[in-house]
Amino acid sequence: MAGPAKFDRWYRRTVVGIPYAWLIVFLLVPFLIVLRISLSQTELAQPPYSPVFDPSAGWQGIKDFVGALSLANFKLLFGDWLYLSSYLRSVTFAAVSTLILLAIGIPIAYGMARSPQRLQPILLIAVILPFWTAFLIRIYAWINILQRDGLLNDALLALGLISAPVTWLATDTAIFIGIVYSYLPFMVLPLYASFDRMDDTLLEAAADLGCPRWKAFWLVTLPLALPGVIAGSLLCFIPIAGEFVIPDLLGGSNAQFIGQTLWTEFAFNRDWPVASALAMVLLAILLVPIVFYQAVQMRALERR
Amino acid sequence: MNMQRRTSPFNIVSVVLGLVFLYVPIAILVIYSFNDSRMVAVWGGWSLRWYRALLEDSAILQAAWVSIRVAFMSACLATVLGTLAALALVRMGRFRGRLPFSAMVYAPMVMPEVIIGLALLLLFVAIDIERGIVTIALAHTTLTMGFVTVIVQSRLLTFDWSLEEAAMDLGCPPFRAFMTVTFPLILPAILAGFMLAFTLSLDDFVIASFTTAPGATTLPIRIYSEVRLGVKPEINAVSTLMLAFVAVVVVAASLLTKRYAAAEKGEARGAL
Repeated sequence: MAGPAKFDRWYRRTVVGIPYAWLIVFLLVPFLIVLRISLSQTELAQPPYSPVFDPSAGWQGIKDFVGALSLANFKLLFGDWLYLSSYLRSVTFAAVSTLILLAIGIPIAYGMARSPQRLQPILLIAVILPFWTAFLIRIYAWINILQRDGLLNDALLALGLISAPVTWLATDTAIFIGIVYSYLPFMVLPLYASFDRMDDTLLEAAADLGCPRWKAFWLVTLPLALPGVIAGSLLCFIPIAGEFVIPDLLGGSNAQFIGQTLWTEFAFNRDWPVASALAMVLLAILLVPIVFYQAVQMRALERR
Repeated sequence: MNMQRRTSPFNIVSVVLGLVFLYVPIAILVIYSFNDSRMVAVWGGWSLRWYRALLEDSAILQAAWVSIRVAFMSACLATVLGTLAALALVRMGRFRGRLPFSAMVYAPMVMPEVIIGLALLLLFVAIDIERGIVTIALAHTTLTMGFVTVIVQSRLLTFDWSLEEAAMDLGCPPFRAFMTVTFPLILPAILAGFMLAFTLSLDDFVIASFTTAPGATTLPIRIYSEVRLGVKPEINAVSTLMLAFVAVVVVAASLLTKRYAAAEKGEARGAL
C-alpha cells in the first residue's frame, strides 16, 4: 500500500471534507437529535423541541437547557415490563439465530471453500445474489410457503408426516425461519473468506500424524477461521436485534421485537421522546458489538 | 496451491442443501407469479394474467416510478460520496479525525435500520424540510455510501499508484491526475458500487417509511401494505420483476469486480 502522497491542501480538504461533512450532517447530528429528544417531555416534543438550546443566552441559557432535560422517558422504559420484554425478546432471538446460522453456515462455507477452484466464483455469486436481493420479497416468499393452505403443509400432508394442517405463520418458528433464511449469506460470506485463505498443508500435516478429518477440522480449521466466525456472528447479531420486517410479517401479534415496539411508539402513539429513548437504549446494547465489528472490519480491509 | 483439496461428499451435500434452501422459496414465488388461479395455493396452469394486471395497477406503477427516482438520486450521491470517502481512507494517510470518520462510514452498514430511520426523520423535522422523494433519497444516500466505500476501497488498496504519482511529478494537478489516470482504471469498481447502492435503495422499506410522507409511496412501502393483508398474485408478479432486475444488476456488478479478483490472485501467485 502506498504511503500518503504529497497532495496540495485543497485537494485533501475536498476529498476528506465533503464525505466528512455529509456524515456529520446526516449521521452524527441526527443521533444527537435523537439523544436530545429522548431527554425531553412528551408534550414538549413538537418542533422546535423545547427546551430550546439558546447559546446567545450564555451560561444561563445552558443552565436552563440542562435543567429542563429529563430522564423520565428512560425511567418509563425500565419500569415497564412491555419494553423490557421487547428488548429481551430481540436479544434472545438474535443470539439463538446467530448460533443456528453458525451451525448451518459453517458446513456451507467450508464446502464452498473446498469445492473445485473453477466452481468457486459461481458459488460465490450464487450466495451473494440473495444477499443483495430484495429483502422484503424474500420474506414475502415465505408467507407463500408457510400459510395454512401453503406449500409446506401440502408437502407434509402428502408425505403423511402430519394429519392436519399445522399453523406455521405467526409463530416464533416462522420468525426463526425468516431470520435464518435472510441472514444466511451474511454468515456464509465472511466464513468462506476465512476458510478460503487457509493453508491446506496444516491439514495434511494433521492427517499425516493420524488425526481424523473431523478432529482436524475442530482443532485446526475452526480456530484458524475464528475471524470469519466473529465477523459473521456480529454481522448477523447486530441487525437481527433491531429487526422489524421479519417479526412483523412472519411473527404473531402477541409479542414484539424492540424494532416493532419502537415503530409502534413512533407511528401509532406518536410518542417521539419514548421512541427516541428506545432507540438510544437499543444503541447502547449494540454499541459494544458494533465497535467490535468495526475494529474487525477495519483490520480486514487494511490487511488485504 | 489448491490442487490437493479434496471435496468430500459431506462438503458437496452441505453446499447443495444450502443453495436449495436459498433458492427454493424464490423459485416458488417466481413459479406462482405465473399461476392462472386467483387462489394463491391452487395451481391453475401457466398464465401471464398477473403481469397484465400489474400494467393496469396505477398505484404499483406510481410507486415503482417513485422508487426508481429515489434510487437513482441516492445512488448518484452515494457513489460520489462513497468514492471520495474511499480515497480519503486509502490515500490521505492519517489525517485528523480519521477514526471517527471511518467509524461513521461503516456504521450504517450494521446499525439497525429503525435507529437510522428514526434519527433521520427527526433531523428532517428539526430543519423543517418537507418530507417526500428528496428526504428518502438523502436518507438512502447515508445508508448506501458505506457500501460504495467498501467496494471502491478494496479496489484502491491493490491499486498501483505510481502512474498517478508520475503524472503529478510531471506537474499535473492532483484532481486532473486522478480523473485522467486513476478514475478510468477504477471505474468498474465505482460502477459496481453505483449498481449496488441503486438496488439497496430500491429494496429498502424501513428507512423509507420513516422518512416518507403520504405523497411519496415507494415500491417496498406499497408491497408491504399489500403483503400485510395476505398473499396476492399481483405481488408475486411485481416481486418476480424486482428479483429479475436485481439479479441482472448484481451479476453485472460482480462481473465488473471479478476481473480484479482474478488479477489479484494472479499477482499473489506470481509473488509466491
